[in-house]
Amino acid sequence: MVRIRFQQNLDDLKEKLLVMAGMAEQAIQRAVEAYRVRDLSICDLVNRGEMAINRLEREIDQMSLDLLAMEQPMAIDLRFILSVIKINADLERVGDSARAISDRVRELQAFPVAELPIDIPRIANLASGMVRKALQAFIEGDADMAQAVLSMDDSVDKLNSGAHYTLLSLMKKEPGVAPQALNALMISRALERVADHATNIAEDVIFWVRGADVRHNVGAPGNSQQPNGR
Amino acid sequence: MGVSIEVNGLNAWYGSNHTLQDITLHIPANEATALIGPSGCGKSTFVRCINRMHETNPIAKVTGEVKVGGVDIYSETSAVEVRRRIGMVFQRPNPFPTMSIYDNVASGLRLNGYRNRRVLDEIVERSLKNAALWDEVKDDLKKKSGASLSGGQQQRLCIARALAVDPEVLLMDEPASALDPVSTAKIEDLIFQLKVQYTIVIVTHNMQQAARVAERTGFFLNGRLVEFDSTHKIFTNPGDKRTEDYITGRFG
Repeated sequence: MVRIRFQQNLDDLKEKLLVMAGMAEQAIQRAVEAYRVRDLSICDLVNRGEMAINRLEREIDQMSLDLLAMEQPMAIDLRFILSVIKINADLERVGDSARAISDRVRELQAFPVAELPIDIPRIANLASGMVRKALQAFIEGDADMAQAVLSMDDSVDKLNSGAHYTLLSLMKKEPGVAPQALNALMISRALERVADHATNIAEDVIFWVRGADVRHNVGAPGNSQQPNGR
Repeated sequence: MGVSIEVNGLNAWYGSNHTLQDITLHIPANEATALIGPSGCGKSTFVRCINRMHETNPIAKVTGEVKVGGVDIYSETSAVEVRRRIGMVFQRPNPFPTMSIYDNVASGLRLNGYRNRRVLDEIVERSLKNAALWDEVKDDLKKKSGASLSGGQQQRLCIARALAVDPEVLLMDEPASALDPVSTAKIEDLIFQLKVQYTIVIVTHNMQQAARVAERTGFFLNGRLVEFDSTHKIFTNPGDKRTEDYITGRFG
């Protein structure tokens, strides 16, 4: 094994991205919990966490840029660093979505609690489950697992469309709960975007491992080789 | 114009050392093809077989078929004619040190019997222009010796000398490895221009250089051609694990 230092730098980059991933996942869980129990102190945690995520995003981009410039990586190493850069951006957007949810929770505080006929925690579970699985695929360099994430996106889309339809109908029927329904609709939309980011992350893992671009359903299946060393 | 090169079942030996084993590949016309691989893998031997320089070593032996522009260079033509059709540029610039710039470029033509002054002037100018050296030396053509030029200029002079005899293929064995980055960039730009007229085969240890200049890349290892594909494929998603290990520096 040669280029030991480069290998260590790649490992460090991966580790840093996983720290970022943990924070993004936690942010979504906290934001949904804040919605469930209407607790503004959890919203504060989400906001503080988002700043840390933003800081990490810049650090990871800088590390990636340095490795591209100094090491001029090729093949699987090049694909790995490109994937890290893109996953990094998606995780930052997951953090933004958590922030958006916590902002809606703050707004909801001004209104009485309304029983809404939609299941936000269920959408949240599915979306954060996708993020977790996509990141697990990244940790293990497992393109098959990443592929499974792609097929989960439809369920979240369907739940979000259903929530959209239900909440719009409710707003027409009961204008008194329109502010609560509107905020819930925006939360559902934010969670649907989290699922989209998980899909992007899974596609980046497939690109890293197989060298196949599967975005927008146009990628040809690549070989099934496993990445080595990371 | 450049011509394609067809290699079928090529084997080469130095004494008992089987340095090239059953190489088969197709090098398309008017493209740059890069050959990469660790030292001693056979890539230089391969290019030396393409212009019949390998056989100049008394203990060397070659079998198999090499067709350049459809002509088998081992059975259908002479070594002298092969080397006129296939120019070669080496790692270290090797201008004739006592000759002027002009005489360096004209040397191959004179060996081939050219005597007409006007024709020689024309070809020397054209060759130096094609090698992107004309503007830098046009005022000193007969005053300065080849050896008085900088390393990068000397290498372009050697390219001009190779181009003067109107070859169809240009073999370059590590043409920029002894040059600074600016001279290297000039050689690489030149390769892009030369592809229009010639078929180029470049041996290089600099993988970024191969990625920059070549349409196709072949990876040699232990005398065998492990993988030959588009440069894009080789450097982003090679098919063979050994290629990937080599280009990502995980070798050994």
